[in-house]
Amino acid sequence: MATVDVDLPHVKEEDQHHHGPAKGLGRWLYTTNHKDIGSMYLIFSLCMFMIGGIMALIIRAELFQPGLQLVEPNFFNQMTTMHGLIMVFGAVMPAFVGLANWMIPMQVGAPDMALPRMNNWSFWILPFAFLILLSSLFMPGGAPNFGWTFYAPLSTTYAPESVTFFIFGVHIMGASSIMGAINIIATILNMRAPGMTLLRMPLFVWTWLITAFLLIAVMPVLAGVVTMMLMDIHFGTSFFNAAGGGDPVLFQHVFWFFGHPEVYIMILPAFGIISEIIPTFARKRLFGYASMVYAVASIALLSFVVWAHHMFTVGMPLVGEVFFMFATMLIAVPTGVKVFNWVATMFRGSLTFETPMLFALAFVVLFTIGGFSGLMLAIAPADFQYHDTYFVVAHFHYVLVPGAIFSIMAATYYWLPKWTGHQLNETMGKIHFWLSFVGVNITFFPMHFVGLAGMPRRIPDYALQFADFNSMASVGAFIFGFSQLVFIYNVIQNVRVGEKATAQVWEGAQGLEWTVPSPAPYHTFSTPPKVD
Amino acid sequence: MSGSTYYVPDQSKWPILASIALGLLAYGAAMTITSMTADRDSIGPWVLAGGFFVLFYVVFGWFKDQIREEAEGLHSDQLDRSYRQGMLWFIFSEVMFFAAFFGALLYVRTFSVPWIGGEGAKGVTNMLWEGFSATWPLLQTPDMKQFPGADAVIDPWHLPLVNTALLITSSVTITFAHHALKEQNRQALEAWLAATIVLAVVFLYFQAVEYHEAYTELGLTLNSGIYGATFFMLTGFHGFHVMLGTTMIFVMLLRCFDGAFSPEKHFAFEAVAWYWHFVDVVWVGLFIFVYIL
Repeated sequence: MATVDVDLPHVKEEDQHHHGPAKGLGRWLYTTNHKDIGSMYLIFSLCMFMIGGIMALIIRAELFQPGLQLVEPNFFNQMTTMHGLIMVFGAVMPAFVGLANWMIPMQVGAPDMALPRMNNWSFWILPFAFLILLSSLFMPGGAPNFGWTFYAPLSTTYAPESVTFFIFGVHIMGASSIMGAINIIATILNMRAPGMTLLRMPLFVWTWLITAFLLIAVMPVLAGVVTMMLMDIHFGTSFFNAAGGGDPVLFQHVFWFFGHPEVYIMILPAFGIISEIIPTFARKRLFGYASMVYAVASIALLSFVVWAHHMFTVGMPLVGEVFFMFATMLIAVPTGVKVFNWVATMFRGSLTFETPMLFALAFVVLFTIGGFSGLMLAIAPADFQYHDTYFVVAHFHYVLVPGAIFSIMAATYYWLPKWTGHQLNETMGKIHFWLSFVGVNITFFPMHFVGLAGMPRRIPDYALQFADFNSMASVGAFIFGFSQLVFIYNVIQNVRVGEKATAQVWEGAQGLEWTVPSPAPYHTFSTPPKVD
Repeated sequence: MSGSTYYVPDQSKWPILASIALGLLAYGAAMTITSMTADRDSIGPWVLAGGFFVLFYVVFGWFKDQIREEAEGLHSDQLDRSYRQGMLWFIFSEVMFFAAFFGALLYVRTFSVPWIGGEGAKGVTNMLWEGFSATWPLLQTPDMKQFPGADAVIDPWHLPLVNTALLITSSVTITFAHHALKEQNRQALEAWLAATIVLAVVFLYFQAVEYHEAYTELGLTLNSGIYGATFFMLTGFHGFHVMLGTTMIFVMLLRCFDGAFSPEKHFAFEAVAWYWHFVDVVWVGLFIFVYIL
């Protein structure tokens, strides 16, 4: 009701308020403001990142040396499962949605998201979904312990009772994701300022448009697969039971039809962020803008036809193995285009190395390592050796931690002055970066070696020859984990104090968000800006 | 971008209440179902009922607010476009939900059932149940003790054929209603909407008859192996969507009695009509892939 044109005769007197935030708790519970909702998403994500991180540290503490010292094997399995679920659905995805909420309306020149009330609904489902998921830790039989991929029959016939709570939790968090994605698509397609043509949109907007499409396409499939589990567990169906004509492998097919696009859901917005940050600090235009857009679109489309590369050892017909191998390797082409474009953007640029740029550079290098190990895993005959080893763990942590998480940190440092109106404390930012960078590599690089040597994933104990690399990884994990306290300190300090930021913030930054004051006003564009 | 200003809806209590409702529904459903399987009492049904109570409160309140705000002329053309796009993407998400179940059906028919029967690339799995041979519909399951197969399946050329005719006709009648709305012919609008509801209710009644027959006469149940599982999940979720769609059309009819909708502005009506066509298309898929083939 808060229309800005107060001359409209049909607007009632009391409906013309709310130009600033409401007071008290109600502001957060009832808000329709994309900035409030973006902040809530980001804070929620940070909390989940900490909870999931503590679980990771429990895992690494147990694996510090061979033998069972700290936790029971069943609890260890609960930790690996919950760590994965919380990091994927609670930390990475909400962080990207939070960034989308904050930045997309500003970047396309819109006053807010297209459907602001649904926006609030999408957020507030998440705390309930994760309360349900976390409460399963205290249930008889414990939390889900079948891995974040919850393969049947481990998650059906042999699952703890809490699996049903997990299923319904997934249902409502899926509803949240779908509504969030619908909102983002509608905002991008319908709320752009005049002159903001599709091929003028910032790449963060582009990557989110494509990500939102992926979310709407695959979250319902996840809902479908957990529904089949529910029916198998409680209502006598035999989707994943061969005794009734079903097939446990069917679970893996349906799950990974969701799961592989999901992987790109967690990395495409990161590509967008990096494509915003590198040009700013290279003081050059992004090299190959259009090819970046097409590359992201091709990656997204290919993501629908590669899912079974997660299942090479499950017993597929040869033609399936070969098809999924080559389709997967094809993805390296558009991904290579992106990495090339980032490097070409920096080529002969006037580079400076502020904190966001450091994270972005680390992203380019370390994500590429994760991409290359992915290419190794894509080779079906070789994958029989790597499958379910720590090599896989190393691979996906390289794309998710110094990939997705680093991009989220880069984005936070990059846009924080715009959100809070305070310049960054560069020294503290750099301390956080170097501790994280060193910690991440010490944690995950040795995992390649133990994996190639044959150490299986998801076990609380291991053979003696893996001891040295595992203790290294554990030390690195604690360095990385505790260095995130510096990040929290940086953010809180930046909200509270700091040198006043200009509208421009970064010398080389381009785009609509840098034309509005810092901090950005509660309602950014009450009339559409003109984009030339 | 018609006007020079933007419209941002005011704060609202509905989203947070709707989230509470979903939280209660999820937790209550999980409690109810786990305690049911474990054969013990729990407060699950009460939590579930509470969730439904809050949900209905939200549905009525939220839509009431929407209708009031639209009547006050607050909905710009831009918002109208956002609603349209939102509804289309929502329907797309529903399509993908059904795609998961259709995919499962096609997978078991094409791959896993023939494999357990000893055919094809992975026919070696037949050693698990030697003597099992693959047929579709799968009446003899590999393990008849655990999953007693059905005696027969539904004949597509009786009730399902009638149901197909009913639903396709209902898609036509709702389109007539839409045309009547655009031509300001309120009487025809109401009549066609009512006809659509009648067709939908008869469809649902026939589905109920069919389910009854499946359970009591054919031995076709959720427990009768993968045919029963895919049959009931696909037709069941479709039936659930028909129920929802019928309710929506019924609400549209009530609103028509109330004088709602103009030939220019009737997004709610169109959204319901789109949804109804989607339900219809899914049924055609079901009729072909579940009943006939």
